[in-house]
Amino acid sequence: MAKTQKVKQESKAAPVPGGPKRVNVHHLTRVEGHGNIVAEIDESGKVTSCRWEVPEAPRFFEAMVLGKSFEDIHHITSRICGICSIGHQLASLQATEDALGVQVSEQTLILRKLALHAENLQSHLLHIGYLALPDFVGAPSVIPLAATHRKELLTLIGARRVANDFSAQICGRTTHPQRFVPGGMAKVPTAPELAKLRQSLEETRPKLDAVVDLLAAVLDKVPAFARPTEYVALISPTEYALYWGQVGSSKAQPRPAQLYLNVTKEYLIPTSTAKWCRGAEDTYMVGALARFNVNSQMLSPRAKEAARKLKLKAPCHNPYMITIAQMVECVHSVDDSISLIDKLLTRGVRDEPRPQIKPVAGKGVGAVEVPRGILFHAYEYDDRGRVVHADCVIPTNQNHANIQRDMEALTPGLAKLSEADIELKLSMLVRAYDPCISCSTHLIDVAGERPGPFVTFVRV
Amino acid sequence: MAAKPKIAFFDFAGCEGDQLQVANLEEKLLDILEHVEVVSFREVHTGHSDNYDIAFVEGSITRPQDEARLKEIRANAKVLVALGACATIGGVNCIKNFLGRDVYSENVYGTRARWYPTYEARPLKAVVKVDVEIHGCPIDRGEFARIVKEMLLGRVPWLPDYPVCVECKKAGNVCRYHLGRMCLGIITRAGCNACCVTEGAQCWGCRGLAPSANLDAAREVMDQHGFDRKHVQDLMRFFLGDTSAPL
Repeated sequence: MAKTQKVKQESKAAPVPGGPKRVNVHHLTRVEGHGNIVAEIDESGKVTSCRWEVPEAPRFFEAMVLGKSFEDIHHITSRICGICSIGHQLASLQATEDALGVQVSEQTLILRKLALHAENLQSHLLHIGYLALPDFVGAPSVIPLAATHRKELLTLIGARRVANDFSAQICGRTTHPQRFVPGGMAKVPTAPELAKLRQSLEETRPKLDAVVDLLAAVLDKVPAFARPTEYVALISPTEYALYWGQVGSSKAQPRPAQLYLNVTKEYLIPTSTAKWCRGAEDTYMVGALARFNVNSQMLSPRAKEAARKLKLKAPCHNPYMITIAQMVECVHSVDDSISLIDKLLTRGVRDEPRPQIKPVAGKGVGAVEVPRGILFHAYEYDDRGRVVHADCVIPTNQNHANIQRDMEALTPGLAKLSEADIELKLSMLVRAYDPCISCSTHLIDVAGERPGPFVTFVRV
Repeated sequence: MAAKPKIAFFDFAGCEGDQLQVANLEEKLLDILEHVEVVSFREVHTGHSDNYDIAFVEGSITRPQDEARLKEIRANAKVLVALGACATIGGVNCIKNFLGRDVYSENVYGTRARWYPTYEARPLKAVVKVDVEIHGCPIDRGEFARIVKEMLLGRVPWLPDYPVCVECKKAGNVCRYHLGRMCLGIITRAGCNACCVTEGAQCWGCRGLAPSANLDAAREVMDQHGFDRKHVQDLMRFFLGDTSAPL
């Protein structure tokens, strides 16, 4: 602060509205993990600096799984992220099953899809209600809303509790699931449990409608800003893809997950130590808005209705609308979950024997859509079923470069605002991406000159 | 302690799953918030103050610069609570400790490894005095609520000192050893109601060694069931890497 004041005093240039401005957000709040925003605007209104930084402590997961058994990997990688622990487990299991040539039953498939819906629902509601909503109503956090917006908050909390119970019912726990094993499930929910879950999801519908109305009422607080980019998400001909599919893009042909290295091409820029991801042309976006832009026609009718109410139309180029897209996905997740449960109940739930898997040497890739976007895990196993190489490409890492590009496009237009307003607009932008930095710690990763055998880079 | 104690949350190397469990208290959280004042909780709250009574700290210490920050938190707080396995026992972060710094660092960062200061992961108590530990990976939100309540009442929070097996029996599970599988419930501190075993997995040891753990007997059980040393080592190093338990 002292430095800023000094600059102001020394300034001899013609006065411009507000003079030079500096925004330095050290450890952005209401995101998972540690990120900084730095923006500087000189007296003439020119943006001299505009950076998104990540100073998170590295955790070395990719090295931690080396030598570990295929039976344990998904429990270790689950700990990459407390918020997306279900998604990490499923991407991990897919990669292991792909490497070992294991196929899962239809029942397992449906249960895993349900697990992803549960995680999406709880994570999106956390972001919408606890992290983003305070910005829309001008509060520093969700805590004061307990006094000012109690009814709305209780609706949100109620919906989120159902989402957490949903996770627990399918996965055994809300965080770091215990029921998944390579090739299947160690324990499955019973038919009465599923029927009860179905009932509580039905009862959540009006709650979600209320949250949709709440967001519709504060839509004017969503900053108007647009920057077209490439949108990347899993696609499937039959559904709004979350668990599997090809890697789709708004600018490139669909590709199988095995070619993920071509999708998440990484490069170094001379002015930054950050390793960025390059899509078909430049940076790209993953996550709820990317999925919506690529797959909106596959949404449930209720979700389409919610999108109409929230004025969200594909393609939407406003990153602030990610939060709104998350809301639309919540509605879809409840709808699709109910129909998946119906499918399970119709065909009958049964205990399937724990699969006996004989380890073989092999390589495999897994790709699932987690709340923040497409997540890839890739492993190579030796013939004892122990990991030789591991690679995880996390959605937030794929978004970092896009966040930076958005900031570069947005900041010049903010020059006339006060420092506090610039800080708010930039913080809201980054928050809209719902970055999960605690897992994606390797933004400032400059490795990349190493020739890689199967895995050319490893970042968790 | 003051009528409405000020509380703060901090995190080091970890997945933030424990703070998520606090958020997951849902309606119960509103009740707790009536009795405390949150002054710092970066994950959900904008604003920060160094004036707090209770510091909840998640994550392991993995870098020299983290030590200074933790010591500052310790100096500010009347009570320091370690939240979750990474903070209480080092947790999964300690898996890398068995690889050697050069190996894990270069595996991830290649020739630029020296740019990223890091050392072996350690629990908070290896750096500062910890007053209260809330165990688990992640923590059990019910246990969190109970321990916070006990602290607010000025009591020393109670923790089970017996192993998970006690709760596992109560839950009616078939012993994993009888199913031919390894399990650390025999030496791990209870308090989780054997949640992992009940859900089809085995005990991974995330709550740390029970004070009464009989390691000799555990070794005998593992040997009797024919588990090779690598198998035992894998499981012991999953969460318990910092304990140096002779198994």
